This record gives sequence, C-alpha cells and structure tokens, in this order.
Amino acid sequence: MLDILKDQFWFSAILTVVLIGAIMGVVAYCIYFERKISAWIQDRVGPNRVGPFGLFQPLADGAKFLFKEDIIPANVDKPLFLIAPVIAFGLAMIGFAVLPWGGNVDLDADGIIDVTAQVADPGIGLLYLLGVGSLGIYGVVLGGWANNNKYAFFSAMRSTAQMLSYEIPMGIAIFVVVITVGTLRLEDIVLSQIGEGNVWNIVLHPFAFIILLITIFAETNRTPFDLAEAEQELVGGYHTEYSALKFGMFFLGEYAHMITGSGFITILFLGGWHLPGVPGLQPGDVSIWAMLFKMTVMGAKIVGFLFLFMWVRWTIPRFRFDQLMRLSWKGLLPISMILAGYATTLVYLGKATNIPWALGGNVALLVIVLIYNGLRSGEITGRQANLPAIARPVEAHS
Amino acid sequence: MIRDEDIIVVDTPVLNAAERLYIPQIVAGMQVTLRHMFKKSITVQYPEQKRTLRLENYRGVHRLNRDEEGRVACVACFMCETACPAHCIHIVAEESPWDDREKYPLQFDIDELRCIYCGMCEEACPVDAIELTPEYNLVGRSRQEMVFDKEKLLKVYDQTKTEKPRKNPRITGYAGTGNRTEGQPTGDSH
Repeated sequence: MLDILKDQFWFSAILTVVLIGAIMGVVAYCIYFERKISAWIQDRVGPNRVGPFGLFQPLADGAKFLFKEDIIPANVDKPLFLIAPVIAFGLAMIGFAVLPWGGNVDLDADGIIDVTAQVADPGIGLLYLLGVGSLGIYGVVLGGWANNNKYAFFSAMRSTAQMLSYEIPMGIAIFVVVITVGTLRLEDIVLSQIGEGNVWNIVLHPFAFIILLITIFAETNRTPFDLAEAEQELVGGYHTEYSALKFGMFFLGEYAHMITGSGFITILFLGGWHLPGVPGLQPGDVSIWAMLFKMTVMGAKIVGFLFLFMWVRWTIPRFRFDQLMRLSWKGLLPISMILAGYATTLVYLGKATNIPWALGGNVALLVIVLIYNGLRSGEITGRQANLPAIARPVEAHS
Repeated sequence: MIRDEDIIVVDTPVLNAAERLYIPQIVAGMQVTLRHMFKKSITVQYPEQKRTLRLENYRGVHRLNRDEEGRVACVACFMCETACPAHCIHIVAEESPWDDREKYPLQFDIDELRCIYCGMCEEACPVDAIELTPEYNLVGRSRQEMVFDKEKLLKVYDQTKTEKPRKNPRITGYAGTGNRTEGQPTGDSH
C-alpha cells in the first residue's frame, strides 16, 4: 500500500479523490454557514431544524435538488443549456489540481522525498490557475445566453463586463508577486515566503493584497460585486431558467470558485501551508503527519477567507454598475500599475524582498492616494458631471 | 400640494479623503456586523416557544360572552353587524325568553376568514357581549368550518374565560345599561 503511495501518480490519484470529497463537503457546508452567518449577523437563528443545530441541512438541500422537477423551457438553446452548468461546476473544480497542500512528503521516513502533496505540479501553476479562473465566465455567459431570457442575458453581459474589468487589476496585482518572487510555480511561491529573512508577501505588498482580494470578490461574483445576481433588477440572474440539479451545479460552482480563490490568495500572500515559527510547518518537515498538519493549516486559512467572503456579503450593499466600473478603471487599475512599476524598480535595484523598501513604497502610495483624494474631495460622487444640475426650488413668493 | 418653500433639497454628501478610499467605511460596517454576530438572537422558536401577548388588546378570534347565569350575553341589537367593515357578522334575532331583555340571537355567525380583526364589533357592542380573544392559532380544513356559529363562539368564551375574563360581567341586557325604561323605545317623537 505504502509502495503504491510512493509513486507520485497514485498519490495524486488518491489525493484527487480525497480532495473532491473534501471540497464537495466544504461546499455543501459553505451553503449552510452562509445561511448561519447571515442569520447571526441579523440576530436570527438560521437553519436549525434538520439534525442538531441544523447540521444535516446540506443533505436535505441536496436531496431537494435531486428530486425537484428538472424543467427545460421550450425555447432554450438546448445543448448550451445542458452544458453551461457542467462548465461552471467543472471549471471551478479543476482549479484545485495545482494548489500545493502540504509541500514535500517522505512517506516511509527514509530520508528521501517521495512525493509532493499536490495533484499536479506544473512550472506554470499560477498561469493555469489564472486561466481556469477566467474560464469560469463561460459557465455564466453560456448559461445566460442559452436561457433565452433577456434578464438572464443582461446578467451574463454584466458579469462579462465586470470580469473583464477586474481581470486587469487582478493580473497586475499577481504580477507584483510574480516579479518579486521570480517564479510561477506555486510551491516555489510558497517556499519563497519561508525561511531566514523572508516574510509573507502580504508584509511586502499589502496594497497588492487588498487589490487581489477585491478582484477575487469580483471574480467570484460575490457581494458587493454580485450584479449578475441582482434579484431586484434581473429576476434571478443568469440561472433564472435553471432548476433542480442544474441550478444546484451553478450554486456549487460558485462556492467551489470561492474556495479556489481563497486558496489562490493564501498561496500568493499568506504563505500557503506555512506559519512562521511553528514546528511541523517548515519546509524541512516532511513526515506524513507534517503533511496532514500543513494541509490543516492551509485549509484553516482558506476557511478564514470563506468566512470573510460571507461576512462581507452580509455587510456591504451591492455596487451600482457605474460605481463598479469606476472602482476598477479609475481606482484599482492606476494603483496596481503604480505598484507594478514600483515592484519592478525594486527588482532592478535588487531590493525586491527588502521589507523597509517594499513596505515604504506601499505606505508612500497610500499617502499619495490620500492626498490625491483629499484634493478631489470637493466633487460630488455618484453623479456624473454631464447630467443637468439639480433643480433648485423657486424662491418663495411672499 | 407641497409648496416650493417647503421643499428641502438634499445634496449628495461630500466625502473626505479617507471616505473616498472606501476601506475605512467598509471596516466600520464590518465591525457593526461582527458585533451583531455575537448578540443573542431575538427569534422566538414558535411552535415550542410562544410570545407573551398583551391579553388586554390583542385582536384574535372572537368569542360570545356568557352572563353570570350562563346565558348568551348578546341582545341581538345588530350594532356589531352594522359596525363591521368586512360584513362578516350575520345575526338572526328572536324574541327573548328572558325578562331582562327583549331579543336574543337565534343565530350568530362570524366568518373568521372574512374578518379583518379590526375590533370594531367589540367597540360597538353596548353590552360587552362580543370580544376578541388572544387566540391566534386558528386553522381549519374547509371554509365552512371557519364560519363560527353561536355555539362555537360561546365555546371560545368557555375556553378563554380564565385567561381573559369578561370585561364587565355585571351588564346583562338593557337593564344594566340604564338606557331603557320599562321596555319603552326611546325613539324620537317626529
């Protein structure tokens, strides 16, 4: 048994099965905790009828999705209608393939590294993750188009415009990390944040972290960027006409996408499976128990981000479309470009991982943004300059 | 019509530099929601827990009160039927077999589905015979079942009299109200 595991192929195969199971479970309980957290924030109780504390609610929901009538409306584009949820769900799931879960492992403790706790370890893991994440839009667009419903189509178009706009600051924020650590291999990005004199990238570039966090909110269609699912304007969004398991797949896909995004930002900025100073979480710890510990830490960081996603969702109202576009093109894009230029300069000067230099630049950028904002603060926000002036009442006749 | 001088023009608030960054405002909002996360929920787990109602003025299912001798207190004056905005009360009056009143209701039907629970019947009643109870758990399997007749309304009184006693038990018929003398109508003389 152990000999089979020592082969990377079989190890990856087993890890895949375990991961798919674990992620499906996490996704199911994400929906439960989404409802619970919304309830807690609103001083309510939340689901509490199925099982103790409502813990079996995901099972009941799953059974409901399975047994509901699966309606295919008369005038939909049938092949696309059937394949869109599969694309949405499948693309969200395959992103997990390259996430490094626990570094190198020496299974039989003979001093030789046997396998890497990762399904696949390509040199361009980061590009793969970016590509798969961007493909996620196809599920939304095809779903919205195949519906043959104008509201669903509006939703798909909004989603597309949003993703295109936020892809750019996201790419540049990632570029800041890549140019700093000088590699696209995810395991190497994690390792570059560990060790003597190295810190997590969030310390070096907190601005890039915030930009990436915001863009991941937009990428995963979460509030405050969930314009694609604005019920008040669009009925239900791109999945208006979907029912039963097909709707469930969109739902699961959204949450799986959130988990991928959380893993992504954890690896880039929060040191992946690493905690500084904790024994068992260092690159030298290669026992099977260290691997499980590392996986737990990685999972805990991802869960922390999932909580943040839900917390934000039940706090911040949705942006208006023009605000959404303004934030991306006039806010995030210039800041991320300045950051990218700064990070590149640091690399040229050989000070890419020098904390005072990197952090100082970020603080200077924050000050510049504040001063610029202060100088512009006389403007009325949320109202376009070319609109007619607000009508003033006529002076009272006495 | 609003006069021009009464109109208040509200300008969009001007945001300062920190507010334009969004981040401090978002953090402030998230602090609020985090505080609420640890507050006790205000939910009442309904079938297991029940709210304590204000018995005095909760407007639930009607009842027909009995007087001290156990007779129906209603004198079939049709005041409630007239006052009812939903026209859900139907009374058939009959000559009273008792000395202290002229009429009594032979039939007294309230369509509980049609009723809007406004309480105007209770206010209109000169003898405090019809009252609304705190009973809100009202279900039935048919529309017919939800039309409460006299017997059913009296039964509601029997069930709720300990919880909410009749407001003024001394009033029986016109004798108690002092509005009539010797059975003579007090109509005008035109």
